[in-house]
Amino acid sequence: MIRSSQELDQLQKRYADAISHQRPRILVCTGTGCVSAGGFKVLYAFRDYVRERGDLVDVELVAEDPDRHGTGVIAPGCRGFCAQGPLVEIEPDGTLYVKVKASDVPDIVKAAITGETVERLLYEKDGKRYHSPYDIPFYLHQKQIILLNCGHIDAESLPEYIARGGYQGLAKVLTTMTPEEVIEEVKRSGLRGLGGGGFPTGRKWDACWQAPGEEKYIICNADEGDPGAFMDRSLLEGDPHSVLEGMIIAGYAVGAKRGVIYVRAEYPLAVKRVFIAIAQARERGLLGRNILGSIFDFDVAVFQGAGAFVCGESTALVLSIEGKRGMPKSLPRPRTTEKGLWDKPTLLNNVKTFANIGHIINKGADWFAGIGTAKSKGTAIFALTGKIANCGLIEIPMGITLRQIIYGIGGGIPAGKSFKAVQIGGPSGGCLPEEHLDLSIDFDSLTAAGAMMGSGGLVVLSEDDCMVEIARFFTKFTQNESCGKCVPCREGTKRMLEILTRITEGKGREEDIALLEELATTVKDGSLCGLGQTAPNPVLTTLRYFRDEYIAHISERRCLSKVCPSLISYYIAPDKCKACMICLRKCPVEAIRGAKKEVHVIDQDNCTRCGICLSVCPERFSAVQCIPGRLNNGGER
Amino acid sequence: MNADQSKGQVSATTQMASERPQRQFFRLNEIIAEQGGRNGNLIAILQVVQQEYRYLPEEVLTYIAVALDLSPATVFGVATFFTQFSLEPKGRYLVTICDGTACHVQRSMSIYDAICRKYNLKEGQLTTPDMLFTLETVACVGCCGLAPVMIVNGEVHGHITPDAAVTIVDTLASRKEEK
Repeated sequence: MIRSSQELDQLQKRYADAISHQRPRILVCTGTGCVSAGGFKVLYAFRDYVRERGDLVDVELVAEDPDRHGTGVIAPGCRGFCAQGPLVEIEPDGTLYVKVKASDVPDIVKAAITGETVERLLYEKDGKRYHSPYDIPFYLHQKQIILLNCGHIDAESLPEYIARGGYQGLAKVLTTMTPEEVIEEVKRSGLRGLGGGGFPTGRKWDACWQAPGEEKYIICNADEGDPGAFMDRSLLEGDPHSVLEGMIIAGYAVGAKRGVIYVRAEYPLAVKRVFIAIAQARERGLLGRNILGSIFDFDVAVFQGAGAFVCGESTALVLSIEGKRGMPKSLPRPRTTEKGLWDKPTLLNNVKTFANIGHIINKGADWFAGIGTAKSKGTAIFALTGKIANCGLIEIPMGITLRQIIYGIGGGIPAGKSFKAVQIGGPSGGCLPEEHLDLSIDFDSLTAAGAMMGSGGLVVLSEDDCMVEIARFFTKFTQNESCGKCVPCREGTKRMLEILTRITEGKGREEDIALLEELATTVKDGSLCGLGQTAPNPVLTTLRYFRDEYIAHISERRCLSKVCPSLISYYIAPDKCKACMICLRKCPVEAIRGAKKEVHVIDQDNCTRCGICLSVCPERFSAVQCIPGRLNNGGER
Repeated sequence: MNADQSKGQVSATTQMASERPQRQFFRLNEIIAEQGGRNGNLIAILQVVQQEYRYLPEEVLTYIAVALDLSPATVFGVATFFTQFSLEPKGRYLVTICDGTACHVQRSMSIYDAICRKYNLKEGQLTTPDMLFTLETVACVGCCGLAPVMIVNGEVHGHITPDAAVTIVDTLASRKEEK
């Protein structure tokens, strides 16, 4: 039990000292990306190897016995550079190894103990080997506040969080600040909600504080349902205590005694680590009655969301916690801050928003307000994916440009392909073309360009991606996730999907573009919640910036990016075909004619355009080609 | 009890068949009791029940409704609203293709199509007739760096091609034959 802030200080010193006794300290990333690439195997190999050597120590062990020294093997959360996983970092000298296999373990441990480096496992780019992660372009342009601990501390260890200054913000609040002062501090920091909407956090807290009522609730929204986004999940997996600390401080500020973490059931590792963190915090008296010896009580429960994108909307989320269908409430509806969970005043913030709070309290509002742009303060986290060299989880100060992210941090488009668009904000966001690459990343610039911050997916698209198909993909997602309450959203997304499917199948009509625009505007204007109001964004932005692709699909019956099967053809160049029979044998519908020593020809009427012939044609021949538009059997267009 | 041995066996099996649903409901009662029997915990109850039965059988939903003093329509409405819940039984193995944006732009659906083609699956019939596996898509599993990915019973296979995916599913099928 930690009974006062002095006790917390003492513990912090003791644990920090214990960490310094771990020499070396081997950090094996166990974020989802690295785990999928075999991270746990590497972790267990390290543990076994070091244990056999007899000098495995953990922080709690050393804290008990300060004379002890040894090697630490730590399992932190996501370190961000998912494309190069599994990642292993050695502290204190800060060497980062990439794509580590279990067989590399002895070499790494020996090198770490003698202070050497295993050169072959360093990240290498353009002939240069990088020793420290902070020199790698991927990390160079980042600014880590929310992810400061992620990847550096054991995600299942409270002592490690305390060692790095964890719960100091809470201690400061409980011992030296009134609730009004806390809210004022958050207001002055300029922090805005990082769930996508960007509502000023301090104003929300104030509204909940002002709302009358003895019983209030704090909800942490980790119902990250976007396809291609994993920021909330990585944060909960990597640094769950920072989120808890933010929630407890929020509870103190608005006068709530109970909190709920709404996390997707599809994130089993995040759920597990949240449960562990809550149990640890309760055991140490950081949750429960009389937190840190004060008169403040607060406790947190976990609700596992059952998978509905619309539950990102606050009234829908609250209803689903109450065990009902998650459908947004009709207007006029009271704000959640006045009448939320069980009709009590409720403060609902995103995971990332809560994770900022401890840092703001610790380092002060002025420090935080100094980062970012005039109206968007602090940092933003993105899941950088798609056709990009360095996939991963990144945190950047607000105000840097898309170009800096894609070419600086992301390392550009692989395989010499050219950039086409960046999809930002998931199904609610939009696709921005090349001319917007110098756009500043902040809430207002993105909204003005027709996209939005959203919850933070950033998918890079190259010349190989068809924008009409991308619009269809997102519309299919929102159509599926529409709860069905508002007719414009329920019917409108369905009709838009029909039209987009028709276009990608080569059955587009001349009037379809105008029809799509009309439907999109109606859905935007006629829907109650954020899902419907933003659902047409992918369609509207692609129509705005890539209209020529729609026209090519409809009028010329050609998919210029060679994606839509109905609008492309496969063709065997007679001068290149060596009549090797490979494609002929592999064709699942026997649409290739020919024989040994007889040039092969694709029967366009029977071809299903599955692309297998292209993938099996030996590279040295490269006889099979994919071309936009439909060929007929004579070979003419 | 029964003098006639064969007759005794017959009645034992019929007895078992009639007992089985009761045994199931016994576990169901436990689950409902663990959640405090509160209708506010409906979603949590359904989650545990689905873990137990691997899907939500209709008679179980009705039973839950009565136990929680809710209308069957309410329970059915919640069960059909959330994607986590399935009202259809699923196969022994789950084959999940990630169709998040990152996987989608790496042509994840061509993997899905290849498995459908090989095992003759289609929309509305995504479980093999022998209940061996169910094919699903998921919005994002968060390992976009490995796109496109396929998840077989929780194990993630990254950078997968249609051919490789079919081979992995084939090994599931052959494993069954060995047994």
